[in-house]
Parts: sequence; C-alpha cells; structure tokens
Amino acid sequence: MEKIKIVTRNVNFYYGKKQALFNINLEIPEKKVTALIGPSGCGKSTFLRTLNRMNDLIDGAHLEGEVLIDGINIYQNGIDVVALRKKVGMIFQKSNPFPKSIYDNVAYGPMIQGIRDKKILDEIVEKSLKRAALWDEVKDELKKSALTLSGGQQQRLCIARALAINPEILLMDEPASALDPISTIKIEDLIFELKQNYTIVIVTHNMQQAARVSDYTAFFYMGHLIEFDDTRVIFTAPKKKETEDYITGRFG
Amino acid sequence: MGFSIKTLTALSAFLILSAISVIMLNIIIGGWSHISWEFLTTAPKEGMTEGGIFPAIFGTFLLVVIMSIFSVPIGTISAIYLSEYASSTSIIARYIRFSVNTLAGVPAIVFGLFGLGFFIQFVGKGMDNLLYGGLELKWGQPNILWASLTMALLTLPVVIVSVEESIKSVPKELREASFALGATKWQTIRKVIIPNSLTGILTGGILAVSRGAGEVAPILFTGAAYFLPYLPSSLSDQFMELGYHIYIMSTQSPDVEATKGIQYATTLVLLVLTFALNFSAIFLRYKLRTIKSKLS
Repeated sequence: MEKIKIVTRNVNFYYGKKQALFNINLEIPEKKVTALIGPSGCGKSTFLRTLNRMNDLIDGAHLEGEVLIDGINIYQNGIDVVALRKKVGMIFQKSNPFPKSIYDNVAYGPMIQGIRDKKILDEIVEKSLKRAALWDEVKDELKKSALTLSGGQQQRLCIARALAINPEILLMDEPASALDPISTIKIEDLIFELKQNYTIVIVTHNMQQAARVSDYTAFFYMGHLIEFDDTRVIFTAPKKKETEDYITGRFG
Repeated sequence: MGFSIKTLTALSAFLILSAISVIMLNIIIGGWSHISWEFLTTAPKEGMTEGGIFPAIFGTFLLVVIMSIFSVPIGTISAIYLSEYASSTSIIARYIRFSVNTLAGVPAIVFGLFGLGFFIQFVGKGMDNLLYGGLELKWGQPNILWASLTMALLTLPVVIVSVEESIKSVPKELREASFALGATKWQTIRKVIIPNSLTGILTGGILAVSRGAGEVAPILFTGAAYFLPYLPSSLSDQFMELGYHIYIMSTQSPDVEATKGIQYATTLVLLVLTFALNFSAIFLRYKLRTIKSKLS
C-alpha cells in the first residue's frame, strides 16, 4: 500500500451560489502522478486549486468539507496559507514568468522567504534549473529576460521557479496545453523524473498525456468525481459507463 | 443622406482642428520674436514691460515639484488600496471612488477657496498660534506650501485613476504566480504589482504636473504673487507662476499694451511646457501598452 499524501473528504465548492464541486472524496498517493481528466467545466481545475487554496483569491467562493495534507486540514482556522503554498507548488496552463531575468524568476520564492545570501541563492537557482532540465540551455544567460525564452522553456522555467521553494507537492494545470509536441515531450519526461521526489497532481485535457505520465487517474464530470483508479484500469477497463464514453471519445 | 452626415462630421472635426491651429499660430507668431535666452533666464523689469519670466518659470517648477511630492505617493497608495485591498462591494471603497470622481469634477476656483479656508486660515493660523502664540504671521498667509497642497488635492484624482488603471492591467497570471510561490499580499504588491505599474505611476505623475502647471485658480488666494523681487527660498515664501503671470500682465499691469509681446511669449512657454508633458505621458502609455502586449 502506498502512503497517502492528500485526502479530500466530502468537498463541496461554490462560486457564489453556483456549486462547482459535489462531495469529492479522493485519496492522492505520495510521490506518484495523479491525473485529473474530464470535459471542460467539469471542475477538475477548480478541484486542483482547492489543494493550495488558490481559490481563496476569488470573491465569493467558498468550500465545505475537508482537504487534508499529511493529515492536517488545510481549511481549518489558523492555517498559514503562505506556508501551505510553499509546500504545494503550482504550475499554470499559460506559462507566467515574471518580466524579470531568468535568475530573478527562480530566486523569487527563496528571496521572499528572506534568503539574501548570494551564494545560497546561486546554488538554489542552479539546482532548480537542473531539476527542471533547463540549466544547460540557459546557464550562460541567467541575466537575460525570461520573456526571451521560447514557450516550452518558459514553462520549464516556471517549474524551476516552483521547485526553488522546495515544495512536496506540485499541482500542474494543463502545463503543456499551449506547447508544441517536442516541448510537450520534454515536460512529460520532466514529470516522470520529478515524481521520484514530488507528489504530482496534473490536470490535462489530453487523454494520451494522462495515460503516458500518470499512475492514477481521476475522471470528473459535471462537478462530480465519477471514477478514480489506476491509470491502466481507467484506460483499459473503466467501471463506469461515463468514463468509458469519455475516454473512447464519445463525448467531451 | 449618408454623404451629408459624413460631411457634417468631417466639418465639425475640421472646426476643432482649425481652432487649435488658429490659437497655436496666433501665439507662435505673437510670441516667437520675444523668446530668447535672456527672456527665459531673467526677471521682469520696468513694470513687466521688459525683462524675462525666469521667476515665474522657477515658481511653476517649484509648485509642481512640491505638489507631486504629495499627490503622487498619496494617489498611488490610494489606488493600491482601491484595487488591491478594498472589496469591490464594500461601502467604504464605493464611497472613496465616489469622492474621487466628485473631486475630479469640482471647479478649480473652489479648490482655491478651500485652500484659503482650510490650509491658510485653519492649518496656517493654527500653526502660528501654536508656534508663536499668534504674535507672528508666518504660516497663516499665502505661500508656496499651501498653494502646492491645494494643487495636490486638485490633481489627486488624475494620479489615482492613472495608477489604478495600470495596476488593473497587470496580468492576473503574474499575481497568481506570486501567490502560488508563497508570497504574501504585500510582497506581491511590492515585488510584482508596483514594478509592473511604474510606467502608470509615472504617467499619472506627468499628467498631474501638466494639469497643475496649467491651472491658475487654485493658487490665486493660496500663494501666487503679483511680483517678487526675489525667488522663493522657503516653504513659507510666496512665488510667481506662469499662468498667474499671464493673468496679471493682461489685467493688472499699468500698461497692458506694452506687455503684449511678453504675454504672448509667456503663453507660448506655458503651452510648450504642458504640451511636452502631455506628449511624454502619451508616449509612456504607448510604451506601456507595447510592453504589456509582449507579455501576453
């Protein structure tokens, strides 16, 4: 049995009066890749954003139920959201580097934590860029603006930036949907590497991608979690008819 | 029908263009011959019928600098509060927004009267009573500080609107990236939002300066002087100002006809100054837009 990193219990989520998630119960194992799939608007991105409380930024949104990370409910009173987000990193659909240098992008997280020592920062930047498989491409131009990088490089830079604060969990919201096939493969290889050290939850529209990179797959439909199982099971012998319809392309 | 409407709209547009051209040409023709290095760097002489306008240029400069020291930071901080901290539905935020809009619509002369009543009569007199027991009149009279503060109030809405606009145009993705990296709200504002709004803050400052340099009414009772033989050297000194100088020469001078050329030239200097400021604001906005479009 694998160790469980994230548990959600009876999670209901509302944007104002509109309910977006219905009674989600899910157990996400440690140091594995869990894919969230489903048609647009099914709630998979909303669910992902409940895991680092990114939805807090939306006016009028609220959550019922519990989200436990390492056994601690991250929605209980007194939880330090800032500390939570250091533990749970996030990669967005559209790569969003700051309009700063490559170095300053990666150093952003450590610096706001108060690390000022240039030597330590240098080390973190190098280590993070290496882990994100970007070091060799940018090591001679760390002072260049991050906006001069290609789309795929920018996304790997965002991954390096997230890794620089030493998270335990990485949330990825369709990280490759805006990238060309070669950049996509690089990101997928990277996910494969990263899962040795990190628990990864990835939202994807791309079924092949889910099948390629993930160990577990959760299928969401209209705010409900329909099925959660081994990726192999979901893609070869799903138990629910909706899942089968979706993965065989009958709707969605 | 379509043709005549087109003609009508084109005509009215042409009317505007010709109005501007006539004004500009008139001023340039009337003033150009009086513009010289000496005119820009010396004080008026012979009851303002000769000499230059340096004290007025200096006074205007000092006025807008002191004004900016107050209006740019206060305006920027207010804009940050309105766009980042106040919830869009909160009553306080709506009240502040309403006040900003109202402030922008208040006639300039009302600001002048307010400055006289509040800054000079209330604050200034209060300071004199406190500092000198009411025996000396130092702050309770018009001076450049009160004039600058009055002008700062007038230009505050300009700064707030400009800064708020540029804060709003900071991509949502950058905010989210910062929060997702464990930054607090204040860290995000300091490290992401303000650096990405700098051009907006600068634009707001320039627009405020350009507005301030062009207004006369707010300083009429609060600090502008008819004529001063010396330059202001302390905050409690009065000062000369370009717009006010034009007003004085054209209405109060003992020999209005004799000052005509100088009036034209002074107007030309004032126009060039405000136009240059406005154009640099437009240029900055354009730059800002191209940077933003590169980002997304």
